[in-house]
Amino acid sequence: MALPPAPALRRKHTRERLRTLGFLSPWLVGFTVFFGYPLIATVYFSFMHYNQIEQPDFVGLKNWKYVLTQMPLFGPALWNTLWLVVVMVALRVVFGLGIGMLVTKIKSGVGFFRTAFYLPYLAPPVAATVAFVFLLNPGTGPVNEILGAIGIHAPSWFNDPDWAKPSLVMLSLWGIGDLMVIFMAALLDVPKEQYEAAELDGAGAWGKFRYVTWPAITPIVMFAVVTGVVQTMQYYTQALVAGKLASGITFGPGTVIQPGYPDHSTLTVPQLVYSLGFQNFNTGAACVLSLVLFVIAMGVTTLLMRKRAGLLAAED
Amino acid sequence: MTTTTLRPRTAPAPAPAGDRGPALRARRRRLLHWIAVHAVSVAAALFFVLPFVFVFLTSVMSDGQAMSGELWPHEWNWSNYATVFHTPGFLDWWKNSLMYAGLGTLFTVCSAVPVAYALAKFRFRGRRTAMILVISTMMLPPQVIVIPMYLVWAQQLHLSGSLWPLIIPMAFGDAYSIFLLRQFLLTIPQEYIESAKVDGCGELRTLLKIIVPMAKPGIAAVALFQFFYCWNDYFGPQIYAAQNPGAWTLSYGLESFKSAHSVDWNLTMAATLLVMAPVIIVFFFAQKVFVEGVTLTGVKG
Repeated sequence: MALPPAPALRRKHTRERLRTLGFLSPWLVGFTVFFGYPLIATVYFSFMHYNQIEQPDFVGLKNWKYVLTQMPLFGPALWNTLWLVVVMVALRVVFGLGIGMLVTKIKSGVGFFRTAFYLPYLAPPVAATVAFVFLLNPGTGPVNEILGAIGIHAPSWFNDPDWAKPSLVMLSLWGIGDLMVIFMAALLDVPKEQYEAAELDGAGAWGKFRYVTWPAITPIVMFAVVTGVVQTMQYYTQALVAGKLASGITFGPGTVIQPGYPDHSTLTVPQLVYSLGFQNFNTGAACVLSLVLFVIAMGVTTLLMRKRAGLLAAED
Repeated sequence: MTTTTLRPRTAPAPAPAGDRGPALRARRRRLLHWIAVHAVSVAAALFFVLPFVFVFLTSVMSDGQAMSGELWPHEWNWSNYATVFHTPGFLDWWKNSLMYAGLGTLFTVCSAVPVAYALAKFRFRGRRTAMILVISTMMLPPQVIVIPMYLVWAQQLHLSGSLWPLIIPMAFGDAYSIFLLRQFLLTIPQEYIESAKVDGCGELRTLLKIIVPMAKPGIAAVALFQFFYCWNDYFGPQIYAAQNPGAWTLSYGLESFKSAHSVDWNLTMAATLLVMAPVIIVFFFAQKVFVEGVTLTGVKG
């Protein structure tokens, strides 16, 4: 192909660059204003004493030292978030894969079962949480009524510090629909011939899973794990609403309650950011905590980029 | 295939020796397998469906019965739903949720389509970096940047107490929607774009006349996800609208509804169902779009 003369080529390049910039402009503005700026401002405020009324006052590393070494709630919040990241993500992936496999094996009524399994995922988190706080309430909740009737001594679920997080895990398993669909699609993509070949080689159910299914779905499992970790690090609404409602405290707007009922067992890092920034007006400490969360989130994202380059490579 | 079992305990029993033919044995095995799979399915379905059933049954109980532990309503008080609707503010929450979700979705789609198209189909330097930045934004917990953002909206722009601080940013490209749409646009063959150009279409015309019609399923999925995201959002309204009950959304209002009616589980459950209803109705109308969209997030990723 003959090259166009140089000035024309340059003009074409300029035009193309302008065109690209034009198409990208909504995001370029959005990224700068709603991501770049606040991120830098968060770093700035992390070195300031600022109660959102008086002028910010530079205090060096004081906020950092306070959050990381002195703040009593930092430990429990970090522990709860990590607990949820490990337990909730692991159980969600296992359960999602199980339900996905189950759906691929159903012969009769598959449409009904698929919809029934999927529907809870759609319930708005606040509504689902309110529903679960009701279902599991130790006084009159249907779950404890039923368990009581068959003679099982049921725990107090959201009102028991040892059971509050497991109750949240149960709530998250109820909304397994997204993972079910992803796993279902991946499982149906595994070529049937491979199972037949494995069968000829004398593989049993476990052998077929281990040597045919698992290698084929590993990328999807990875994807589910990483997105699960990212989502769970942001875990906020369900924990907050469950804690507030289970505590039974009646509160109007502006009422400050200690988050994480019972006994800080449902306090997550994002809740602590909110509590520091919007209830205690300790902007500096809240920003430090935000940055801690940011560093952890970016660490996981980098890991994702490494392990799943496919996220970007789809273009070639 | 028929002998693949989900759990060890459903493994086929060892075939009785001797008198039965292999065909009969295979049939018996298949039947056992069918029973096992469907028994597990029914158990699972109970886990997923019963919460809805209990919520519904409680929502029609009388005030007195809702405070007891009984499961089945003595009388069906449909008026509970009317009571919820007549709660001061409840209709405003509906209106606000619809505005937030409607405008948010519209803004998101309009801004995400051109960005996703450029990221999927243009060749330019820094394209990979741009994608990495988009994905990083997607991964970022919203709490990380909320404080400075709140200060700007509240102190400089005086827009706190409304939903605008949540809606306006959506006109500037939501990362998740951009990512999802880009994944979809990648599947459109380059030839369509080339031939549009040969026909003399400019980039904008190509996008609007060729790409958008072809990308309808992807756009529909993105729109649905964004609608649901806004409808379900609790954190955003809590930050920006908490101090003004006139700007609350259903998701945010529901919690205060519960606190205000702390013992009226029947009314709370009616309100809960009314918050769930729109998304579930939308789902039944757009089931296919939805399931395809969810698959897109995972499989293409």
